[in-house]
Amino acid sequence: MMKALAMPFRVAADGDRTRQGVVVLFLLAVMLFVACLLSLGIGPTGVGLRDLWTYATGNSASLSTQDRVILEAVRLPRTALGLLVGAGLAVSGAMMQGLFRNPLADPGIVGVTSGAGLAAVAAIVLGNGILAPVAMVLGNQFLPLMAFFGGLFNTWALYIIATRDGRTSTTTLILSGIAIGALSAALMGLLIVMADDRQLRDITFWNLGSLGGATFGRVLSILPFVSAVMVIMPFVARGLDALVLGDAAAFHMGIPVQRLKKIVIVAVAAACGSTVAVAGSIGFVGIVVPHLLRLVMGPSHRFLLPGSALGGGALLLVADSVARTVAAPAELPIGVITALFGAPVLLFLLLGKNGITTRDMP
Amino acid sequence: MISAEHITVTRSGRKLLDNVGLDLQAGRFTVVIGPNGAGKSTLMKVISGEMKPDAGFVSYHGTRVDLCQPVELAKCRAVLPQATQLAFPFTALEIVRMGAVAQGGLNPTEQARQALSRVGLRGFESRPYPSLSGGEQQRVQFARALAQVPQPVADGVPRALFLDEPTASLDLGHQISVLEIARDFANAGGIVLAILHDLNLAAEFADHLVVLNHGRVVAEGACTETVNDEIIASVYGIAGAVGRLPAAHIPYVLPQSRHR
Repeated sequence: MMKALAMPFRVAADGDRTRQGVVVLFLLAVMLFVACLLSLGIGPTGVGLRDLWTYATGNSASLSTQDRVILEAVRLPRTALGLLVGAGLAVSGAMMQGLFRNPLADPGIVGVTSGAGLAAVAAIVLGNGILAPVAMVLGNQFLPLMAFFGGLFNTWALYIIATRDGRTSTTTLILSGIAIGALSAALMGLLIVMADDRQLRDITFWNLGSLGGATFGRVLSILPFVSAVMVIMPFVARGLDALVLGDAAAFHMGIPVQRLKKIVIVAVAAACGSTVAVAGSIGFVGIVVPHLLRLVMGPSHRFLLPGSALGGGALLLVADSVARTVAAPAELPIGVITALFGAPVLLFLLLGKNGITTRDMP
Repeated sequence: MISAEHITVTRSGRKLLDNVGLDLQAGRFTVVIGPNGAGKSTLMKVISGEMKPDAGFVSYHGTRVDLCQPVELAKCRAVLPQATQLAFPFTALEIVRMGAVAQGGLNPTEQARQALSRVGLRGFESRPYPSLSGGEQQRVQFARALAQVPQPVADGVPRALFLDEPTASLDLGHQISVLEIARDFANAGGIVLAILHDLNLAAEFADHLVVLNHGRVVAEGACTETVNDEIIASVYGIAGAVGRLPAAHIPYVLPQSRHR
């Protein structure tokens, strides 16, 4: 079974995977639709798929007020949030792997998530103190914007440290990512020591990595970030493909390399930072989804980026549905589910000789 | 015409290129030779627009290269780099297609197929690049460069092909076939600049030979003027090797004899 899963789709004999990419994108869209239905129609309360159907076909009057509220105010924002968070995480992973030319680059592994987390904790702890004026001006966007800048700072620092002469060494990337992540975590610890009881409760709640408590307010706060990243995807796809051949070759093929890198770094930070701000750190989506997709559709970013958005959304919705039903009425943190699924898949992919990790860059 | 004037590049206090001037004329196969560290690759980087010189400038048909957008340059010239490694398993066709897309081809997939068959790699379209041998990878990259400048002259403007050690990992037969494709490109009015280490190939294919040493042009002209005992001895430290046969017990292969 596992063997069959990991077998790459056979590459079309003519070497052109365009059709393959389109077919996989279509299948992913179907999967995402099913995942949305699942997420809307499953829960600890009695509201099920049948009620969802009744609601969707316009007979909402026949539902009890309570059931309607559950669908509209609980399930719908949660599904929307899960969709955005999953898409953001997977796309930021895929973009980062393209930027670093390295299939192991993942915002969670190399400390970008920690940077966003540090900034989010700083926003919670210092939001009434030195950062109060900033918090006042930004209002609802304060937390996501802080997380965005935290993620941006760490991505940028990582890029400066790990890239020499246009080449990124895997070892330096992972090690400096661990160091940056550890430093962020340490600073986060210092802030937590400074926090009062109410702030501690906020931090704990935030840090669980959960879609629980999803509101349309949260959905709206990350919607601009995630949709901005979705909009730029088609414009960076060709550049990221060319970048796989190296900075010089990408320039020779007409790519404005420095501009592309800046755009991608900002996009990674936006997608990753805003999702961390609303859902805490959810691991493995950013590395497992692009990895699996490269097996079935090839590494071209034209299909990989939209595929990651669809696949990441679907994966997170399914994981969230599991998280809130297996131990109902209690909820498991969604990060636990993604790690339980993602970590073994990642290890399996690393062990398998499927040519996806190939050789390291020197 | 592409011309480089008074190019000087200094890195860590060392002059990699020292006041180098070079004209690349349409229809001419220009070859740069010289020992390791002479500045050949640096010169190519400057001419391709990839590296900014500390002094001097490069112009493409009268336009300064530093004023061109990358996308405009990509339509004028293609570059074959030295060995390229990939972290992701693109197929040979997908790699070559990137070149065709870069010059705005209407049917890049078809152009990529043609370029692959020109370098003798028909049937390799679906092979993942990382699984190819070093020589095959080199030829895929050459096909990518060809797909980026499919016509030696387009819209009345000659296009350029820059080849950095195109024969490095190739067997004898493929060394010659790659250079013959470049030769045809120049004969059809295109501009070719190649860095070569094999002096026999350089002498056979070059219309114009440039000898670089310690960042300076030490000789320039037809091969008969540049490949002689005096220059080879002063640049490479090998004396008395031009045009003489080796000792009787060493077999030797002179592929250029095929032109007799």
